[in-house]
Amino acid sequence: MDSVILRTAIRFLFPLLLLSSVFLFLRGHNEPGGGFVGGLVASGAIALYAMTHDVAAARRVLRVSPRVLIGSGLLLALCCGLAPLAIGRPFLTGLWINITSSGLGKVHLGTPLLFDLGVYCVVTGVSLVFVFSLLEE
Amino acid sequence: MNFQPGTSLFLWLLAILVAAASATGVHRIFGPRGGWGLAFIPAGVVASMLRLWPSVVGMQAVTISFDWVPELNLALTLRLDGLSLLFALLITGIGALVLVYAGGYLKGDQRLGRLWAFLLLFMAAMLGLVLADNLLTLFIFWELTSITSYLLIGFNSDKPESRASALQALLVTGAGGLALLPGLLLLGVAGGSFEISSLLNDAESIRQHSLYVPMLVLILAGAFTKSAQFPFHFWLPNAMAAPTPVSAYLHSATMVKAGVYLIARMHPILGGTNEWFWMIASVGAITMIVGGLLALRAADLKQILAYATISVLGTLTMLLGIGTEATVTAALAVLVAHAFYKGGLFMVAGGIDHAVHQRDIRKLGGLRSAMPATFSAACLAGLSMIGMLPTFGFVAKEVWYESIGDASQRPFLAASVLSNICLVAAVGLVCVTPFFGRRTETTREAMENNLATWAPPMFAGIVGLLLGLLPTRISELLSAAGHGVVGHAVPVKLALWHGVNVTLLLSLLTLAGGFTLYWQRHRMEAWFSGVDRLAQFGPAQWYHRLLTGVIELARGLTAILQNGYLRFYLLTMVGLTVFSVWMALGSELQSRLHPVSLDLRVHEILLIGLILAAAVVAVRATTWLLAVGALGVVGYGVAGIFVMFGAPDLAMTQFVIETLTVVLFVLAFSRLPDFRRLSSAATRVRDAVIAVVAGATITALLLFAMTVRSDHPISDYYSAHSVAEAHGRNLVNVILVDFRALDTLGEITVLSIAAIGVYSLLKLRASKEGSVDDKTTADPPATSARHTEGM
Repeated sequence: MDSVILRTAIRFLFPLLLLSSVFLFLRGHNEPGGGFVGGLVASGAIALYAMTHDVAAARRVLRVSPRVLIGSGLLLALCCGLAPLAIGRPFLTGLWINITSSGLGKVHLGTPLLFDLGVYCVVTGVSLVFVFSLLEE
Repeated sequence: MNFQPGTSLFLWLLAILVAAASATGVHRIFGPRGGWGLAFIPAGVVASMLRLWPSVVGMQAVTISFDWVPELNLALTLRLDGLSLLFALLITGIGALVLVYAGGYLKGDQRLGRLWAFLLLFMAAMLGLVLADNLLTLFIFWELTSITSYLLIGFNSDKPESRASALQALLVTGAGGLALLPGLLLLGVAGGSFEISSLLNDAESIRQHSLYVPMLVLILAGAFTKSAQFPFHFWLPNAMAAPTPVSAYLHSATMVKAGVYLIARMHPILGGTNEWFWMIASVGAITMIVGGLLALRAADLKQILAYATISVLGTLTMLLGIGTEATVTAALAVLVAHAFYKGGLFMVAGGIDHAVHQRDIRKLGGLRSAMPATFSAACLAGLSMIGMLPTFGFVAKEVWYESIGDASQRPFLAASVLSNICLVAAVGLVCVTPFFGRRTETTREAMENNLATWAPPMFAGIVGLLLGLLPTRISELLSAAGHGVVGHAVPVKLALWHGVNVTLLLSLLTLAGGFTLYWQRHRMEAWFSGVDRLAQFGPAQWYHRLLTGVIELARGLTAILQNGYLRFYLLTMVGLTVFSVWMALGSELQSRLHPVSLDLRVHEILLIGLILAAAVVAVRATTWLLAVGALGVVGYGVAGIFVMFGAPDLAMTQFVIETLTVVLFVLAFSRLPDFRRLSSAATRVRDAVIAVVAGATITALLLFAMTVRSDHPISDYYSAHSVAEAHGRNLVNVILVDFRALDTLGEITVLSIAAIGVYSLLKLRASKEGSVDDKTTADPPATSARHTEGM
């Protein structure tokens, strides 16, 4: 799609959209957001990039194939489910650790975050498979 | 850790599975000779079993148990008693011979490693079947034998008849398995346990149970299909499409005996009733005679043997159905004799096939001098099959005739003699016709096979002879096995010579009849053509009709349901939803609606107005862009409602989804034909009515849902535990990634599958268009127009 306005706008919007996608993903557990909407925003950004440039350029930006994203996302989510089995807890139990560091203050980190990352990857990958397949046809 | 004797039961299975996993590697490194090495595994298992012999024949069963899925009463309980030991020895012993034989038979074939692997997998499944003490474990191994046999029958997967035979065997035995499962479940529920060994104690109450007959019928359906009893016998001759090692193993010695094993195993629990006697003994007797007669009609060596096997399976079933101590002993003796002679004869048939590439007896002859070793093996096995002194076949047949010597059992005795006469003639066809007479066109160049192809049948024949000469040891085993069938110790005294009595005279009559029948076989041509005319009403035809019927039905249903009209799919989905909501809630839906308050504020009215206006525009749009844009506005409006009522997560996701949808639509525009209206006024009215009814139904459902709230909604629990247990304040996200993470895992899996579907649809279409250029120009507009029409 050859539109100078859109192309110029995307140059500035693209990093912003990606940043907000990560932002949405990270705050998700406590504020509105999460892996699902984060993944959608990311794929929206890359879809716009693919439309204004071309799919090959978008694939270069993405670095990995969307199919790999789907697969690794599913695998990650599944591993988060299997991890608690190793210490005798039920499938998909959230495991948490507390980290206190000088810069960040007290931070809870847990497998649900990784699980959400898996969701993020799958959602991004799936929507990009749709977009790329349509564009490449 | 103490090494209990029971542990070895588990190790046997493990060892065979390891051998199966390494089979292809063994073939790659050692070639066909690897069969000798692989045979060491089952041979080692035989040795290990013999170490447990004293304990087992002393009526001390060896047991081991693991919990598998305790919630389902599923335990991996293995138990070795006399009956199991008898079968397990046959499975592993004959299995070892067959592995060696397969190496000779498929020498030089790249797929030999795969055949070994399948054979060993089957061996593990079959061994598990006879060792299982838990009904459900037994069932699982039962089905595993069906699956592995499917792989083995269809081994020559490039031949359509091979695949059809494999499918037929799978469908017939699988249908039996489907009946067997509820039968076993009924038994387990009626007896209050799924362990066979504890069911034995409640046998009396199970036989009195009101569901005894259905239970028995279902279990027997499983046993009869597996053991090729009339009228399910037709799959076995067709299964001869398998490579001969498979026939020798599965279709004579092991798998087809699984049904017999099940009947024997169930006898102390379900047996002894009139129903048991009549259902099993009569089916067995019919099968015995049908199999014997049909064996004479066949011309293919393996077909003859297959029908003869059906006859013997009928015999075993009949004897177990009669179920006295004597007949059970006879059944076990016949079983052992049959496993060795029939396994051997199959290997002989395969040897002939391997040497001259011909199995039709009309084209064989004079092979005696060319293939002396194979001929000797054939003689040994054949003598045992016709029950000639001093083979074990003779001992078995004596016991068999003697066991049904009572006046009341005369019909069974007569049927037995008749079927045996047929079998004696069949032996003539298999062991005499190909080896004597003049050499034919096909056999002129015949040469003896390699050692691996003639030694195993020879060995089987020698074992059959030795068992006949030394019947005391085998008496011990049969006595222990009989204990498992009748529930108490059975005195068994097998002997080679009983003196001259009625039984011996009957044996002589059988031989004389069989020889005459073989001699005069050409006179039976007329009778055979009558059988052929009858065959078109036979069970094989029922199977065929049923199968084509099911396929036709599926085709018809698919044509109706998957007709390619998108509007029909939408209509079905929406209509069915409306219909099921009204069916389920009906009058309640009208009477229990939440009151609607129209106390709306200005910005709410504006938003609703916007949504309604956009919906009208979408319906009346005349370009793609307008239609999609208007739909987007509807979506944004709904997201706006989410914002107003405090669901920011939902709203945000909805916004992004709407945006992406519009983007995807824009991408697809270039490929769509011009926007046109093709539907008539009547269709549009119909669609409008459906849309209004569907909308009203969903509205009513939502209003209804407001009134059925329970006192403690689940959301209270979530908000109370969200921070404390899941360390998150965003309830929606906590639900998604923690409380209901399993749902999310399922959803992302579905999403991934959808992506695979879309990807393959688009890519496959693209590649098709690339290869067939001329079609693409005409096709897409036509099909798209069809889909747009009436929307």
